[in-house]
Amino acid sequence: MGQVTMTVNGKTVSGTVEDRTLLSTFIRENLALTGTHVGCDTSQCGACLVHVDGKAVKSCTMLAAQANGGAVTTIEGVGTPAELHPVQKAFKENHGLQCGFCTPGMIMSAIDMINRLGPNLDEDTIRHELEGNICRCTGYHNIVKAIKQASEEMADVLEAAE
Amino acid sequence: MTSEGIGARVLRKEDKRFITGNGNYTDDVKLPRMGYAAFVRSPHAHAKVRSIKTDAALAMPGVDAVLNGHQLVADGIGNIICGWMIHSKDGSPMNMGQWRALESETVRFVGQAVAVVVADTLQQAMDAAEAVEVDYEELPVIVDSRDALKEGAPQLHPEAPGNLIFDWEIGEEAATNAAFDSAKTIVSMDIDNNRLVPNPMEPRSAVASFDAAEEHYTLYTTSQNPHVARLVLSAFYNVAPEHKLRVIAPDVGGGFGSKIYIYPEEIACLWASKRVGRPVKWTSDRTEAFLTDAHGRDHHSTAEMALDENNRITGLRVNTLANLGAYMSLFSSSVPTYLYATLLSGQYNIPNIYANVKTVYTNTTPVDAYRGAGRPEATYVIERMMETAARQIGMDPADFRRLNFVTEFPHQTPVIMCYDAGDYDASLNAAMKAIDYAGFASRRAQSEANGKLRGIGMSCYIEACGIAPSQAVGSLGAGVGLWESAEVRVNPVGTIEVLTGSHSHGQGHETTFSQLIAERFGLPTDNVAIVHGDTDKVQFGMGTYGSRSGAVGMSAIVKALDKVEDKAKRIAAHLMEASEGDIEIENGELKVAGTDKKLSFTEIALAAYTAHNLPEGMEPGLKESAFYDPTNFTFPAGTHICEVEIDPDTGKVEVVNFVAADDFGTIINPMIVEGQVHGGLVQGIGQALLENAAYDEDGQLLSASYMDYTMPRADDVPSFKLETTVTECPGNPLGMKGCGEAGAIGSPPAVINAITDALGVEDFAMPASPSRVWQALQQKGMKEAAE
Repeated sequence: MGQVTMTVNGKTVSGTVEDRTLLSTFIRENLALTGTHVGCDTSQCGACLVHVDGKAVKSCTMLAAQANGGAVTTIEGVGTPAELHPVQKAFKENHGLQCGFCTPGMIMSAIDMINRLGPNLDEDTIRHELEGNICRCTGYHNIVKAIKQASEEMADVLEAAE
Repeated sequence: MTSEGIGARVLRKEDKRFITGNGNYTDDVKLPRMGYAAFVRSPHAHAKVRSIKTDAALAMPGVDAVLNGHQLVADGIGNIICGWMIHSKDGSPMNMGQWRALESETVRFVGQAVAVVVADTLQQAMDAAEAVEVDYEELPVIVDSRDALKEGAPQLHPEAPGNLIFDWEIGEEAATNAAFDSAKTIVSMDIDNNRLVPNPMEPRSAVASFDAAEEHYTLYTTSQNPHVARLVLSAFYNVAPEHKLRVIAPDVGGGFGSKIYIYPEEIACLWASKRVGRPVKWTSDRTEAFLTDAHGRDHHSTAEMALDENNRITGLRVNTLANLGAYMSLFSSSVPTYLYATLLSGQYNIPNIYANVKTVYTNTTPVDAYRGAGRPEATYVIERMMETAARQIGMDPADFRRLNFVTEFPHQTPVIMCYDAGDYDASLNAAMKAIDYAGFASRRAQSEANGKLRGIGMSCYIEACGIAPSQAVGSLGAGVGLWESAEVRVNPVGTIEVLTGSHSHGQGHETTFSQLIAERFGLPTDNVAIVHGDTDKVQFGMGTYGSRSGAVGMSAIVKALDKVEDKAKRIAAHLMEASEGDIEIENGELKVAGTDKKLSFTEIALAAYTAHNLPEGMEPGLKESAFYDPTNFTFPAGTHICEVEIDPDTGKVEVVNFVAADDFGTIINPMIVEGQVHGGLVQGIGQALLENAAYDEDGQLLSASYMDYTMPRADDVPSFKLETTVTECPGNPLGMKGCGEAGAIGSPPAVINAITDALGVEDFAMPASPSRVWQALQQKGMKEAAE
């Protein structure tokens, strides 16, 4: 057992965890942030994707102890029902989700993709970049559309800022 | 109607909670004093359990109990049932082996639960499960259904001699044989439908609690049909009487059939919660899901088609061997029989059909309904046969299909189904236009110039949805009726709650069902709440599967709305001193036609509840319920056309163009329907190109994780072109047919027809993975070089 302290969605949190505790478990069980989902045991499905120090990380593939001192953003820290992030908004407007289980990971992956590669992403790039996230409901068609729209809207935001 | 009524692309009401991480799935439920369950599972596909030693596990920290099948049986927990009785052609009932939630004598598939540990934490439970010592005596194993009926094969269940569950038939054998005797052309093929694992992204989960003072259980579970779960848990598994058991299926992360059934883990958690005196949670990990969620498909068929001199089909003969796995799951017997062979007529006039289906036990995970359930298997048989026959007689595959289409309705097939409405030419034409069928030759030439092989293939599917007329399925062996219920509660302020027996696990019912109220009363969908998934709130319901929530579930809501409208109009007529027949409802107001007299829906609702001035003898309140029992199945149909490009150097198949033209009857929300089609198509393309549940000869599931089972990912599939044609279903009030499974039903043969076209081969077994395609090309090359 050991003590971990990190910033999660802008708030400092601490907890006592076993050495083997995964970051995904810490987020879900200790912090009760249940928007981060666990869909597989092999770091394949991406439902548990969060951002750690600005990088996309599958939280089932990292120990809570490894995130000690870091800054974690989960789906709950991205936007609120009253104030959606452009990617969240685009998922809703394009019907980019059905059962919703993979959705938090998809949104966190999409935000990371746009942050890394810049706005105005094309379909091939989006499909390639989504290789770490599995969805069983949507057939990806509307997820790709949503990310494309969000990446274009974020370009407009950047342009307006210049 | 308002902008949110029938046909409007209303954005989903449920999305906000999902996109912000506020969904509430079963694994998110945490109860005070809750313990965690971990199952001890068989590592062998077939073995006798000699002993189970639990001392070491019980001594470990945090462990409450290690429970096994002997205790389960002693406590009177019943065996797991199959709810659809099938009789063999000799009249004998199906041979059903015993299935216990925890097996203490003979295990029959890898992953079968033998014992369950309950501990303070999940880690403690898992560690203790590892410490349970089970002594097994291994027995010989059957994996492939074709080995099950062989003489000398290992026997799995004493109740099923020779491992045969049933030997069933449908259609007229003698008449069909006669059609073959006089045929000009006979086309024959062996057709396999590979085993799949449904893989909803949310793994199954159960949280069970027992209130000792009230002797009352609550179960949160990942179910597509919580009322069916409660019924079966009460009536057959003897967990608790119905009024002492509440089943809640909160947000459920996909189902695709696999969450219809009541699994051993749910039974064990309920039972254990009483034994240990604390709530018990279990959540499947992904490998447990691969090993224990009911699998789909796994058919081996031989099919023959007879054609006359005009290339019209005169007969179809099919023999199918279906692998039901180690035990009979809840609806497993209906899938390869009444959901399969009754669709073998496809979209075609086939005067004579005979099918024989044998089902067998093997040492594999139980097989049951998976998206489409029997209908994908039927479509695969008929559409591979149509393609092969067209090539054999040298006709264009589209022309050959068109020549044999059913064009007059109603159409009685020789295999029970009576098609009520359709226009198969229309969907074929729409699909051919959308994909530019005529321009294929030049696209193929372009691909050839780039060193690629290009092929095109189509599939004209039909399916039966809206299951089902209760009397009809009862006469065919179903243990339940397949109606749906609804209750519409208008609150005193005019907002509305709709309670439905349908269950949404991704289908967007909160939105589409609300659109019915917008259409009827002109109220905004925001004034409507859809309540589902809780047996304490909704009186009863049959749940969601077989694309039934629209055609059956929404029909029940429509019936209840009829009654609400009728009462609201009577109140309005009374208050405005008008005749009931003169009341019109528009934009949330009840008006007297031809006057400026009107009352808002809210005023009427309030009047119903204050009851100060109601018509003589009228009861207060505005709340109505209805049960809707369909009169027939519904018959969605359409054409899928797939165009592939194959890289001969790598064997990789790329779907470069895919069109689906579907007739779903009336569509409530096109955006949601398109989403259903996209998802179904990718599951079908996944089957054709990527997915396969592979066992080794010892019965070990080789593809038991996402490292080994190839799920379709975003860059494996294209964007889709969708077209809709509409013939309204005459059998239900909205004219709906259902759209949930069509994508997965129509697409696999379209993909394989395109691949065989590109490769110039007659057949190619699913999945067409790069290595297998590459090998086929090498063999073909060698063969051609040798010739």
